[in-house]
Amino acid sequence: MSPWIEKQRSLIDFTLASLARRKTRNLGLLAVYALLVFVLASVMLFTHALRREATAILEGSPEVILQRMVAGRHDLIPPGYPEKIGRIRGVQAKEGRLWGYYYDPVVKANYTFMVPRHEIAPGTLHIGPGLARERGLAPGNTVSFRSYSGRLFAFTVGAVLPQRSELASADLVLLAERDFRDFFEYPAGHFTDIALSVANPQEVRTVAAKLAAALPDSRPILREEVLRTYASIFDWREGLVLAILSGAIIAFAILAWDKAAGLSAEEKREIGILKAIGWETGDVIRMKFWEGALVSVASFLIGYLAAYIHVFRFDAALFEPVLKGWAVLYPRFSLTPAIDGLAVATLFFFTVVPYTAAVLVPIWRAATTDPDAVMRA
Amino acid sequence: MTGPRPSSIAFALLAVAASGFLLTFADAAFLRGARLPVRAETAGLAARLGLTDIALFTEARYTRHPTQADLHSAFQDHPLAFEHFPTGSLHSPIRHEPLDRKAAQPD
Repeated sequence: MSPWIEKQRSLIDFTLASLARRKTRNLGLLAVYALLVFVLASVMLFTHALRREATAILEGSPEVILQRMVAGRHDLIPPGYPEKIGRIRGVQAKEGRLWGYYYDPVVKANYTFMVPRHEIAPGTLHIGPGLARERGLAPGNTVSFRSYSGRLFAFTVGAVLPQRSELASADLVLLAERDFRDFFEYPAGHFTDIALSVANPQEVRTVAAKLAAALPDSRPILREEVLRTYASIFDWREGLVLAILSGAIIAFAILAWDKAAGLSAEEKREIGILKAIGWETGDVIRMKFWEGALVSVASFLIGYLAAYIHVFRFDAALFEPVLKGWAVLYPRFSLTPAIDGLAVATLFFFTVVPYTAAVLVPIWRAATTDPDAVMRA
Repeated sequence: MTGPRPSSIAFALLAVAASGFLLTFADAAFLRGARLPVRAETAGLAARLGLTDIALFTEARYTRHPTQADLHSAFQDHPLAFEHFPTGSLHSPIRHEPLDRKAAQPD
C-alpha cells in the first residue's frame, strides 16, 4: 500500500476514535443531518416524479381549449359561438365540452361532473375510484345528489373507473349529457368550453392567435401551456421547500455555524496535544477534513436512501397529510420513479461541501496557533 | 489478536451505503418498467376524456383545475399569499402566457 494511502488511513482511524469518544453528540449530529437530507431529498424526488407523471398523463389532452370570458371570469359558451370560429385552417375538429363542479355535503367533498365523449346510459354514472371509496359505492348501487336547484336526483352507478388511474380520475363523475343538463339546469345549446384538435403541432400557436383575433372575448389555453404549467407547478424551490423546510434549514445552518464558529475546550486541548507531540498543521487539518467528509457523506447516503424508499416504496406516506390540504378526496397513487441526476448532484454538493468546509475553518485557526496557547486557552 | 481497523469498518459501511445509493437507480429503472402500464392506462383515460388536469388537489376550482382557472382570481396568484386553502402555498403560481393581442394603432 502506498505510504500516502496508509497515512490517510491512519488519520481516518484516529479521527474515528476521536469521534467515538464523543459518541452521543456525533451520533445526534449524524441523525439530524441525515434527517435534513432525507426531507430535502424526499421533496426533490417526489416533486420531480410528480411533475413527470403529470406531464406524461396529460400529453393527450386537447391541443386547444377555448374558454369564453365575461368580466374577467370564465363563462358559458352560448349557442352559435362555435360557428363564429368558422373554418380556421388546421383545426380538425371542434367539440363543446360539458363539465362542472359539485359539492357533496354528505362527505364534504368536491366532485368534477363531466360528460364524456363516449355514450353513457341516462340515469347511470361512471364514478372515480376516490369517490367510490369515500361514499362506499360499487357498480349497481344507487346514489342520489341534491342539485343546486334543490331537486333530488337518483343515479345508478354503472361502473367505477380503474383504481390504477386514480391520479387523473379520483373525483370524476361521468354522466349522460341529458342528465348533466337536467341536474345543473344548464341552458340548452350552451357548453362549458370548446376543445379543438389541431393536427399539426407547428400550427397550434397560429390557430390560437387567429382564435384570439376572431373572438376577443375568448381565452385559448394551449396544451403546451397545460404541460408547462405542470412542469413548473411543484417547483420545490418555490413551494414546498419554502413553506415547510425553511425552519429546518435555518436550524441546521445555526448548528453548522455553531460548529464552525468555535471548538469545544476538549477539541482545542486535543489539537494542542497533537501539535505538541509533533503533528504538523497540515496533518491536523487533514484529520478534520476526513471527519467532516465522513460525517457529511454518511449523512447524505443515509438520508437519500431513506428518502428514495419513502417516496417510491412507501408512496411518500409522510407527505400525504401535507399534500392533502383540505381535500377530502385524495387520490391513492404510486409514482413512476424519475430521478433527476443533476438535482441529486446539487443536493450532494450543497449538503457535503458546506459542512466539510465549516468543520475546517475553526480547526485551521486553532491549528495555526501556538500549541501552548491552545492548551492553556 | 487485534480486530479490524476503524477505517476498514467505516469504509465497509460507506461501501454498503454507496451500493444502496447506486441500487436506487437500478430499482427506479425496475419500478419504471413495472409501473409504465399504469401510467399508460391513466394517460389513455385522460386522452379519451380530454382531461386537462390531475386530481391531486380537489378542494377548490383553482386547485382542481389550475390550468383552467381564471387568470387573476383572489387567493391564487402567488405562493404564501393569504389563502383560504393551504394548497395554494404548495404549488407555484400558474404562469399563464397570454397570446399576443396587439391593439390596432389609432389613426
